[in-house]
Amino acid sequence: MSGLVDRTVELVGAMRRAGIPVSLAEDIDAVRALASVPLLDREALRAGLAATTVKRPAHRPAFDTLFDLYFPPMVGTLDERAIVDAETPGGVAETRPEGDLAAAVREALRDQLRQLLLAGDDADLRRLAREAVAALGRADTQPGRQSYFSYRVLRALAPETLMAGLLAAMLGDAPRGGLAEQVARQTISEGLARFEELVDAEVRRLLAEDKGVEQVAKTAVRTLPEDIDFIRATTADVAELRRTVLPLARRLAVRLTARRRLGRRGRLDFRRTVRASLSTGGVPVVTHHRPHKPHRPELVILCDVSGSVSAFARFTLMLAYTLREQFGKVRAFAFVDTCDEVTEFFATDDFTEAMRRLTQEAELVWFDGHSDYGHSIEVFAERYPDAVGPRTSLLILGDARNNYRATGTTTLRRLAHQARHTYWLNPEPRMYWNSGDSAVRDYEPLVDEMVECRNAAQLQAFITRLLPV
Amino acid sequence: MQAFHFASVDDVHSRLAAAGYLADSAIATTVFLADRLEKPLLVEGPAGVGKTELAKAVATAIGAELIRLQCYEGLDESRALYEWNYKKQLLRIQVAKSDDADASWSEVHDDIFGEEFLLPRPLLNAIRRTEPTVLLVDETDKADVEVEGLLLEVLSDYQVTIPELGTITATRKPIVVLTSNATRELSEALKRRCLYLHLDYPAFEREKAIVLSRVPEVGERLAEELVRTVRALRALELKKSPSIAESIDWARTLVALGLDTLDEAAVRDTLGVVLKHVGDHTRAAGHLKLGDAGRE
Repeated sequence: MSGLVDRTVELVGAMRRAGIPVSLAEDIDAVRALASVPLLDREALRAGLAATTVKRPAHRPAFDTLFDLYFPPMVGTLDERAIVDAETPGGVAETRPEGDLAAAVREALRDQLRQLLLAGDDADLRRLAREAVAALGRADTQPGRQSYFSYRVLRALAPETLMAGLLAAMLGDAPRGGLAEQVARQTISEGLARFEELVDAEVRRLLAEDKGVEQVAKTAVRTLPEDIDFIRATTADVAELRRTVLPLARRLAVRLTARRRLGRRGRLDFRRTVRASLSTGGVPVVTHHRPHKPHRPELVILCDVSGSVSAFARFTLMLAYTLREQFGKVRAFAFVDTCDEVTEFFATDDFTEAMRRLTQEAELVWFDGHSDYGHSIEVFAERYPDAVGPRTSLLILGDARNNYRATGTTTLRRLAHQARHTYWLNPEPRMYWNSGDSAVRDYEPLVDEMVECRNAAQLQAFITRLLPV
Repeated sequence: MQAFHFASVDDVHSRLAAAGYLADSAIATTVFLADRLEKPLLVEGPAGVGKTELAKAVATAIGAELIRLQCYEGLDESRALYEWNYKKQLLRIQVAKSDDADASWSEVHDDIFGEEFLLPRPLLNAIRRTEPTVLLVDETDKADVEVEGLLLEVLSDYQVTIPELGTITATRKPIVVLTSNATRELSEALKRRCLYLHLDYPAFEREKAIVLSRVPEVGERLAEELVRTVRALRALELKKSPSIAESIDWARTLVALGLDTLDEAAVRDTLGVVLKHVGDHTRAAGHLKLGDAGRE
């Protein structure tokens, strides 16, 4: 039991290092849970520890990865010969030369994978992943030292090439291109993704046995969604971020509404107060007030959508638009080296469509398609002179990397003067500001504040501050 | 020490199943822990995955009464916890004035803050009951932030403090289930006191079993097709992904219409049961290549 407690405490330590907040009280609950769950059932143990320590769905994948490391499903490796023996009747493997053996193993495993994807459960798939890693994932990194790699397994098995065969097997001679095919594709790709996950988990388990759990745990966990760097986001990260931003905006909206209601109460509602006093014999025990009318700022967003910062601009636009009821009015302008209004594109709820129109229909390129803040600001001021007024919060999004061109500071100073507030959100880490062609030093004194905004967490913090109670 | 309601995780499994709720391993384990550790259970997840159902099934499984506190904007102490029946108190004071001028202040004071003038609300009710009780705090995220503060005392110590009466402690701790659609983040303090269960759309096998148990007439093969299609729909980025409730509705619709296979035409005609937004319709029709379903 004490070994188990130590292990759990180590797991909690690794979770904290990965950025999942686990309080001491939750830690204690986790250990108390150990005493109650059936310890031989690994999934029950997983559920028990998750219930006591993981309180946000976004943190669950990280927990699962770490759990697999600290409570591995098995210890040790499989022997590759044993696999072929099991698959080929008569145990002919012994007599084959090395090269053939590898090919036979690969074929046997591919065959099994095909069958399991058609009809098989998770336990089978896990077993197969384990065998595949043992047989195909090992490589000698240095003389006498071996390591495991999931890409070797996936390259050898090439699971994505199984799709055509699987589709044929699933659909039979049903017509292609329709609903049935879409559904079958979805089913197969879910299975494939799961298999890849299992291979990754198995590789990590073997590495952990070799190098120690702590080492592997450090690198195993992907960045939590709210901490993903906008500039360095990969395609998978972007998908993850998109899923984060929407609920984030919704939560933010609810919280702001709640905060407003809590704020100062308005004037006394005389009629309702007198009316209510009737039930207390004319004594106004409870006073009623008119709701306070909140100040809703107008928001004008001016955003750089050139290559490097487009992901950032997209999330900020997305967030601003989801929150648009909170503002009096939202107008959006995009620029690369010239500026165009993109507000109407966002009238739809379909954000993907809005972004597509933004890139295809808006006139953003005037000269060479490299960021030109100076020209864009001039054009903005000239073409939309009424956009910035005394009630406007002007929000500029971009990294201020101006390719050493004119900065248009005079115009920006005037705009900032007209606006109620001017903020600049910069997706670059603060330490890179003013390096190279960054024009931060020119712009920073002109705006109320230049804010570092690298990830969803920082973006959320800023938006909360922007909206008054 | 009161006896626990469940003997083992398997026991949870079978008794929930008897109550009509098919739990997976994570659900069963978490419910079991909620019972053993005597901690409230916070269930979070998208709408229609059976969060409220779970609380009801637990109540049925252990033969307890379900006390429900439905949260909404503006819910306050006087509707969640208790209230003084001040109209009755006023009457009492007036009566005291009129017929017996000698009645001392303290007498009346003690009297009007007695049990007789107390209106218990769900939370107080759940604490005071001596029979097995399941307290369901539904849609916690809809309530204002102060309600969470109110819940903290009830959830961590199973007690309620009424200034005039003192602290009322539970004689028999109820099983508490809180549900949330995650429209806002609940406070850390609340989450820390709870066991957390994230209910998501179920795995293929489990969803098929749920559909079959609720609508047995649909048949194994059609249920399988239906669940596969619903899963394909969930993979699209829709405004409102179809939940289990919608899968079940869909199965009922197909049975009612006497359809025995889910081909393009059938999907096109009944898509309204599963998807409730025009945008989602168009999107799904495009992706699943349903032809002109978007023009309905």
